[in-house]
Amino acid sequence: MKPLNYNEKLDVRLVLNNLAAYRPRRKGWTWRKIVPNQVINGLTYKQTSEGLKQSIALPAAKHFGGIDPQPDCVITTEIASGRFEDDLRRMRMAAWHGADHIMVIRTAGQSHYDGLIEGTPEGIGGVPITRKQIRASRKALDLIEDEVGRPINLHSYVSGVAGPEIAVLFAEEGVNGAHQDPQYNVLYRNVNMHRSFVDAAVAKQLMSSAGMAQIDGAHNANATAREGWKVMPELMVQHALNCAYSRQVGMPPENICLSTVPPSASPVPALSFDLPYAVALRELFKEYKMRAQMNTKYIESDAREATVSHTLNLLISRLTSVDIQSTITPDEGRNVPWHYNNIGAVNTAQQALLALDGIKEMVEIKRDGILGERVRELKERAVLFMEEMLAVGGYFSAVEAGFFVDSGHYPERNGDGIARKSNGGVAANSITRRDTDYFAPVCVHFGENNVPQELSQPCDAVCGCTLCKPEKIVYIDELDEWDNVNRRMSENSEWQEQGLIKPEVEWAGDGIVNVQMFLPTDQRTAHFAAIELASKMNLSDSQVIHKQVMQAAEGTFLEVKGKLNTAIDPKYLRMPQEEVVLSGDEVREAVAQQPLRIVAATVGSDEHSVGLREIIDIKHGGLEGYGVRCEYLGTSVPIEKVVDAAIELDATAILISTIITHADIHRINMRKLHDLCLEKGVRQKLILIGGGTQVTHEVAVECGLDAGFGRGTKGIHVASFMVKNRRERGRK
Amino acid sequence: MHRTDDFATRREPLAGLSEAELEKRFWELANKIMEPLVDMARTHTSPSTERSVILRMGFSSVEAQQIVKRVEDLGLLSKGAGHVVWRLAKLRNSGIREAAELLMTDAGGTEIREYFRGCCQ
Repeated sequence: MKPLNYNEKLDVRLVLNNLAAYRPRRKGWTWRKIVPNQVINGLTYKQTSEGLKQSIALPAAKHFGGIDPQPDCVITTEIASGRFEDDLRRMRMAAWHGADHIMVIRTAGQSHYDGLIEGTPEGIGGVPITRKQIRASRKALDLIEDEVGRPINLHSYVSGVAGPEIAVLFAEEGVNGAHQDPQYNVLYRNVNMHRSFVDAAVAKQLMSSAGMAQIDGAHNANATAREGWKVMPELMVQHALNCAYSRQVGMPPENICLSTVPPSASPVPALSFDLPYAVALRELFKEYKMRAQMNTKYIESDAREATVSHTLNLLISRLTSVDIQSTITPDEGRNVPWHYNNIGAVNTAQQALLALDGIKEMVEIKRDGILGERVRELKERAVLFMEEMLAVGGYFSAVEAGFFVDSGHYPERNGDGIARKSNGGVAANSITRRDTDYFAPVCVHFGENNVPQELSQPCDAVCGCTLCKPEKIVYIDELDEWDNVNRRMSENSEWQEQGLIKPEVEWAGDGIVNVQMFLPTDQRTAHFAAIELASKMNLSDSQVIHKQVMQAAEGTFLEVKGKLNTAIDPKYLRMPQEEVVLSGDEVREAVAQQPLRIVAATVGSDEHSVGLREIIDIKHGGLEGYGVRCEYLGTSVPIEKVVDAAIELDATAILISTIITHADIHRINMRKLHDLCLEKGVRQKLILIGGGTQVTHEVAVECGLDAGFGRGTKGIHVASFMVKNRRERGRK
Repeated sequence: MHRTDDFATRREPLAGLSEAELEKRFWELANKIMEPLVDMARTHTSPSTERSVILRMGFSSVEAQQIVKRVEDLGLLSKGAGHVVWRLAKLRNSGIREAAELLMTDAGGTEIREYFRGCCQ
């Protein structure tokens, strides 16, 4: 496929083309390339990595030359809408915003699917992980990583009853990271414990052979227990058990990542739990990597609240350490994440990590005192937990006795843990003792393997295995002629080919929009009124996805999602012509030939001066830099005074800034400027320009001015307009 | 089980340990708990483990399902599904794919079961 062009859509059809022949360009996990003391735009960063070739910077970056520093840690986004073809486009958006770890959530039920799924069926809350889906994702990510200029890690799950097969698939297809933790299977998926551990050893060795990063599943205990922080000792035990098991089956420590989540959230005094826990983990697990997840347990429907919790989680990451910073979308508490919320979460991570850059050079964790006591206590509680596990007969007995996910703060026990039977669960009694002549004629096979002596390596028996000879991999395209990507895409092809525009949050053409409203009534009335209002807006399938009482009687804030069953044809869109901006040199030359003088002021009772100063000042690349002579009259200047000054100074143009918009005062002032100039007989002579955060060109023209400039305006835009406008007047 | 938090008394034997000793104890326990499970994994196999072998031998996931199911039905999973296919290919001096097809037939099944009869357990 040809490289992506930043202003052309990713063509999913081309990605899907010839996947049978696709091979991954590399295997294994990639960390960011750290640049110590990196200087960017005159600013020194302590914890950043190499920059991107193309990216979209944080909104405030425009004040700092558009810089987009990339933190030192890998940043994760979790993507899974149920249709992988739509996820590919979301992956591209996330990569442009700085994500380099794409975690694909599996469809509900895949854990219990005894084998590999093939083709591209639609998923629920995730996508079915299949060879075709992986190849398409990896192929798209190859293009995207070339576009942004940084390797992107693809990640999914090696769990359930088909772990070893999925591990083979991932190793063959160059998946870069995966969750693998047999305890997750046992506790949360009720997969038989013997089966889980037998399969996990095989899976882990396969993952190691492909250099994959492994993330454990311990954080789920936190998400399951009522008071998440009470299971901290157990979380440490779960991390330790998966680390110990992984090491014993040969996984190198640098590939083992702990999935750690700050377990509490405000209004709990969160850092008093989260910080000692984070410190204890980093002391006990020095050899391993930290994948810092954001809290999901206490996420409600309020995206603002979620973002604040997540920002505090990022503070923990920076106060301690982080190798992979995972992100949780702020809408996870109310729906399957939407496109732009993935971006929001990645932005939150980047914004906070950059703000906290180098904080440990200024702030130290007070290891002695209360924090140290808590760290010690956590470690002791975890040790006691494991001692008791051994006392009752080991891991299996402990699980049978309901040791795990008990809501008590160990050694406290509330008797509500998840107990599983050793001989029960999905795939019970499915392991078989290997005979002494057991033989597996393939490479990277864990356990006893009676390889015939005449073979130098086991797979010589079959002239090479797929890990040695990838050409032996058998690719299946589709098994279900109804439930597949081609059929789904053909449903949308008609309007897409016509270039119609439909709103979307998850899937192409889903039509979903989110409407925010404040209704001045009680919560219950507001709820039903909002649905009714959505219906009057022609939204179907409306649903209130968030509401917050402002005051019981005074009103409620709501967010309502609904489907808009219409599309826009851009061919018939009325769009104002885009202003072609002259180059700086052209403007300078024109001004040198024919001087240009302006009078500028913030008018009315308005004390805002920053915007206008930036348009004028030479140091901000303003008008003065192009040779324009500027008379700035200050703030709260009456319109009359501005016009009089322009007449007196024989100015070419008047620039008024009007920030305050209460009661449409910005419009009133702009009209007044036009009217007064008419009255004084200078309207033809003067170029009148209005500016301000709420001003648009259209609004200004409607009020009688020649031009209006809003957010993001630079001096060159205004200078270019004046030069062109003066030329046009000359021609007239 | 219900139990109040008796940490204060339970921790007494740990109180004298240095931080390093406590951490060492932590890892000793974790490793000790996992050792028998690793031994179990080393000496056992499962249908998914065997399908992972068949996949690596160059069969599709659909074929892997059929082959491992057949090996299970023949009571030969303990030999390794890949072993069974490979052995049949050796006995018939055929390719691996042909052997897998033969395995699905009564003749192939009987032949391989006969071969392994009385073999080491």
